[in-house]
Amino acid sequence: MIKLTVNGQPREVDVAGDTPLLWVLRDSLGLTGTKFGCGMSLCGACTVHVDGTPTRACVTPVESAAGKAITTIEGLSPDRSHPVQQAWMEIDVPQCGYCQSGQIMSAAALLKQNPKPSDADIDAAMSGNICRCGTYPRIRKAIHRAAALAAGQTGREGG
Amino acid sequence: MATTPGSLLGDLSRRGFIKSTATAAGGLVIACYLPGCSKPEEAAKNVGPPKLIKANAFLQIGTDGSITMFCDKSEMGQGVYTALPTLLAEELGVAPDVVKVEFAPPGPEYVNKLLGAQATGGSTSVREAWDKIRMAGAEARTRLIAAAANEWKAPPQSCTVADGYVLFTSRRKSFGELAEAAAALPAPQNVQVKGKNEFKYIGKTATRTDTPSKVDGSAQFGIDVRLPNMLYAALAQPPELGATVKGFNADKAKTMPGVREVLQTSSGVAVVADSWWQAKQARDALDIQWNPGPAAKLNNAAIYAGLKNASSGKGLDVRKEGDADAGWKANSRRVEATYELPMLAHATLEPQNCTVEFRDGACHLYVPTQVQQMAQAAAAKAANLPPEQVFVHTTFLGGGFGRRLDVDFIPAAVECAKALNKPVKLLWTREDDTTHDKYRPPARNTMSGAFDSNGKLDTVKLHLVAPSITARWAPGAVPQGTPDPFAVEAAHNFPYAVPNLYIDYLQHEVGLEVGYWRSVSHALNCFTVESFMDELAAEAQMDPVEFRRSLLGKQPRWLSVLDVATRKANWGQPPAGRHQGVALMSGYDTYLAQVAEISLEGNNLKVHRIVCAIDCGQMVNPGIVQAQAEGSIVFGLTAALFSEINVVGGKVQEQNFDTYRLLRLNETPVIEIHLLNTDEKPGGMGEPAVALVAPAVCNAIYAATRKRLRKLPIAKQGFVV
Repeated sequence: MIKLTVNGQPREVDVAGDTPLLWVLRDSLGLTGTKFGCGMSLCGACTVHVDGTPTRACVTPVESAAGKAITTIEGLSPDRSHPVQQAWMEIDVPQCGYCQSGQIMSAAALLKQNPKPSDADIDAAMSGNICRCGTYPRIRKAIHRAAALAAGQTGREGG
Repeated sequence: MATTPGSLLGDLSRRGFIKSTATAAGGLVIACYLPGCSKPEEAAKNVGPPKLIKANAFLQIGTDGSITMFCDKSEMGQGVYTALPTLLAEELGVAPDVVKVEFAPPGPEYVNKLLGAQATGGSTSVREAWDKIRMAGAEARTRLIAAAANEWKAPPQSCTVADGYVLFTSRRKSFGELAEAAAALPAPQNVQVKGKNEFKYIGKTATRTDTPSKVDGSAQFGIDVRLPNMLYAALAQPPELGATVKGFNADKAKTMPGVREVLQTSSGVAVVADSWWQAKQARDALDIQWNPGPAAKLNNAAIYAGLKNASSGKGLDVRKEGDADAGWKANSRRVEATYELPMLAHATLEPQNCTVEFRDGACHLYVPTQVQQMAQAAAAKAANLPPEQVFVHTTFLGGGFGRRLDVDFIPAAVECAKALNKPVKLLWTREDDTTHDKYRPPARNTMSGAFDSNGKLDTVKLHLVAPSITARWAPGAVPQGTPDPFAVEAAHNFPYAVPNLYIDYLQHEVGLEVGYWRSVSHALNCFTVESFMDELAAEAQMDPVEFRRSLLGKQPRWLSVLDVATRKANWGQPPAGRHQGVALMSGYDTYLAQVAEISLEGNNLKVHRIVCAIDCGQMVNPGIVQAQAEGSIVFGLTAALFSEINVVGGKVQEQNFDTYRLLRLNETPVIEIHLLNTDEKPGGMGEPAVALVAPAVCNAIYAATRKRLRKLPIAKQGFVV
């Protein structure tokens, strides 16, 4: 049994320790929002947060994530209220939508570390996430919008 | 007419019943019901479950006031889940996001009239739905009003609809209350759809209704289907295309954790296990011997040599005006060029997959497909069941691009589920997907032009040589002696004025199966035509835009997109160090012009900006149109810069995204879309903007270097991208 903390909940899974975290999330725990695209850390569709760091679940052995805080798209917010999700809806980013969980998780990690990213910062943080539908112009716009939304929220809380 | 008089049943249709039981038994809701759809105040009035009344093939109204659309097109990112209900909602006078969407099952009533098959493709969804779905809504509205008017003894023409109610003076009655009475009425006469000036929702940008489920991970793609007691399968397919299983040793695989079964299927050897990762690990441990197939010795060099040899032959006439042979002979100022286009993979980000369950003697498919009837037929054959015993539940598609017009991934899933008598999800790896695609056809097109002694363009010849997709996909559909219409797109409608014009298409098969790839032959032929128009402009010593404009006098829609794109791009005055290229095209009843802006430092190419002007007639949702254009340009730029499939010894060499490179955010140029506002009939927007990118960028490279690129991808022509 491997003990995990997923979206704040303790979970136990009976799998081989070298099983990629992606398949544990999807098949063992039923958290299918995290997607399989390449299996080689090339496309970013499987991006989750492990202790806050954006991580490609398809190449992460589950045992290496034991005891750490894993956040998936399902745990980013309970009600799509995360600024990145809000901005994504406002800008209407997704097309087919398959890559978007990974895009959103990468963007959320970027904003946590850098609340006001430049275009160059966005390039650097998001170049690992492929979108075959080509929603990149909207992703860039939505990240700037999410930064503004988050700043507004912080401002209100602070004021 | 889409609506079928007399089909307004006063009870659950057979299909509706089956859908309901399937949902209850499977515990799986394929359609994503959106917040705000239900009307609690309506539901509270009724005791017991609501009756669902099928108004026609596309519309069901519940006695609780719920409105459900059976969407006959698959949602693969192009926005049908939002756009088609908008058409229905407009006629019903309800907000589009009130309409629940379920994907329609296979059925003759859902055959796409523009394609002749139940298929989502060819940028037809809105074009085909425009009259059909609005009529379906208008017919239902007419009946609902008639039912209310009868009850109130009011003149129907004085009744209106709003927000799910029929209104007359101060009275109102909900659609749910009226649905049964409306169903009992005879088919209405003189059903009128709304005029453009009455549109409340059509033509306005509204957020896609699938967006919420696509930002919280809840949208159900094929890969996400989970059924009770489901097993998982991974499939070993022949490394050489077309090879077959000679024998295999599964001793090691069978000892591996979680493995339930190893079985030979019609397309390889499958491992079925408790989890997909276990199945995949065991699959990789199989030892399989293959019988070589007809493609065993195939390689790219032979494919292109074959196209070249074939090219000396004459094809089928596509267009003939004046006398091109005489014009060619009579004039000595000539230009001739040959263009070669590579094979390409679709690379949908969701790899091919299919989940199958046999229950109560029937076979249920949960599948991301663009072709429900073909999926049904393929499964029926694999299951040895009549088609009516196969139920197709369409999920969201993680990209389509034409890949899921093929059903090659379905039979093995059916065979596994049948052999184990348990639900099975079969999923391909990325490598399986790249190496076992139906690739975009390679092409070798030759174009020739001659100017007369006054410098006027006198003759153009275009000789298209490529395999036919339709010959494989729909054998017999193309009449003998006529060209595959999906091979001559963006060629047959050559818009430029020239006295002598001859276009022919020579079908030459290359030994592997080719497939419809987003924009299909538009991408092959637009590259040829628009590159060559630039070559002719250079020979004429004219600006490429002025040269085109001088030949488009009778083509107002082509001219207006050219004017808008060049004005917005500041044609002729690029920023210092940058160079521009232009391309024009009409396809899918849409007219487009693109201007690409590039710079070169040595051989390092950077695409800075692409400006695109589009006249696609009336739009349902301009925001989605714009998104499709943006995405299409990224898709087209990916192919122009990077993409190529190489076959060596029958094996596809590209495997994953390290060897089949896709454009990334940091490589994406500024993309500007300018939508012309016209009253023309709707044009398709899922594909056309793909095709102009390569010629526009290559023409810009010519402007910068005087080097003409006649082959793609650009990365293989001496440029670093």
